[in-house]
Amino acid sequence: MNQMARRTALYDEHRKLGARIVEFGGFEMPVQYAGILKEHDAVRHRAGLFDLSHMGQFRLEGESVAQWADTLTINSVETMKPFQARYNIFCNELGGTHDDTIFYRLPEQRWLLVVNAANAEKMWVLLQNHPAGVRLKNQHGEGALIAIQGPQSVAMLQPHVDMDLASMRYYFCTEDEVEGIPALIARTGYTGEDGFEIFVDGAFASNIWEGLLRAHAREGLEPCGLGARDVLRLEAGMPLYGHELTEEITPVQAGQAWALKLSKPQFTGRDALAAQLERDDYARIVGIAMAGRAPAREGYPLFAGDRRVGEIRSGSFAPSVNGGRNIATALVERDVATVGTLLTVEIRGTRHEATVVAMPFYKRVKS
Amino acid sequence: MATPQDLRYSKEHEWARVNGDGAVIGITDYAQRSLGDIVYVELPKVGEQIKQFGSIGVVESVKAVSDLFTPLSGEVVEVNGALDGDPAAVNRDPYGDGWMLKLKLSNPDETKSLLSAEEYDKLAAE
Repeated sequence: MNQMARRTALYDEHRKLGARIVEFGGFEMPVQYAGILKEHDAVRHRAGLFDLSHMGQFRLEGESVAQWADTLTINSVETMKPFQARYNIFCNELGGTHDDTIFYRLPEQRWLLVVNAANAEKMWVLLQNHPAGVRLKNQHGEGALIAIQGPQSVAMLQPHVDMDLASMRYYFCTEDEVEGIPALIARTGYTGEDGFEIFVDGAFASNIWEGLLRAHAREGLEPCGLGARDVLRLEAGMPLYGHELTEEITPVQAGQAWALKLSKPQFTGRDALAAQLERDDYARIVGIAMAGRAPAREGYPLFAGDRRVGEIRSGSFAPSVNGGRNIATALVERDVATVGTLLTVEIRGTRHEATVVAMPFYKRVKS
Repeated sequence: MATPQDLRYSKEHEWARVNGDGAVIGITDYAQRSLGDIVYVELPKVGEQIKQFGSIGVVESVKAVSDLFTPLSGEVVEVNGALDGDPAAVNRDPYGDGWMLKLKLSNPDETKSLLSAEEYDKLAAE
């Protein structure tokens, strides 16, 4: 294990629970506890608890934040309402992706920006070039983040907070207390299920973690690791930085053009992205369903006949897709990106049948 | 799960149940626990000649692909086809239903180079 790897405020909790620990984004993180399939099942049918304290948390303050951030991002920041959360992407000049993030707008010109752990340093450097009316604070590693995700999230979290959780809208947040500890509670997540993300000072994170597990373990609340999280997000068709989005892969290629607001006059990457969208000739991320039992994994090549047309970017066994199928994302050339196209994936020298399918692979039934 | 006393073990965490010039091969309880939920097993074909400690297939968990090695040399006479539809049997019952293949040994003496249960437990505890 990398000696430089940091530990989150919940590291001792993970050890106590017998988690398998791996290095991820510079932190020693739990990849699994009871097992990926069991944890995945808990999130789809009951609820799961995640430590996401490795994510970068930046506090932005000042009257110029929104205007400035709008010059660096593809989605609109200025139009956000207080307590709204919004997915947003920072691009380079060529339209490639620096990072995909979430902005949380708080009252009094305060914002929370959550970035990917592996990109936190790069993003912090990028943000240093800011106008006078912006103040920044880097809370990466100090601010803890606990997510509760799954259909029972409201029921399980409600006894620990004062506010009425059911009335909170998706992609909104509020400042309240959890177990008496000041927290920012957001109805956001990365699993394709209902759920909440709880931002809290690291010093108090274990109170909330332990309190929730103790109160709801019997109802099926499971601690969940990054392994289950990756399967859940892939089934839900959500991109993961380093896979579907990179400095080379643009949001347009990754199917995230819905977040691209070309109505904004100028932002980094705008011209490149607008031109790419217009040309419509680019390789793009598609969903792949494998016909057989062999999983497709990152880097495996795809073929249309004998022509190599792309490669797998993420791949996994997906328990929630048709009772258990192997799914993947792939970056493929435009002419084979249509849903229904038959391709083959080369796995250890053998071609395996695959079909281009629509994403998301899994969609929850909204109650 | 206790390590069965009647089996022989490789350092790569495979077991062999040797009976004369035949052997059944699988992976250990330690191996299945390390891998996590197994979703796919790729085995050699019946009739194939395989060499001791050579790579003969893969075992895939949800997240990872691992090579499968054979602890002994011989001809593959049967593979556990049930694992195709039920790879989780390797997690549930690594020394029983989760067996992988049967070999006609080409050199039964190789068995001596494998570990006893006691020796294997020591290795796995490290």
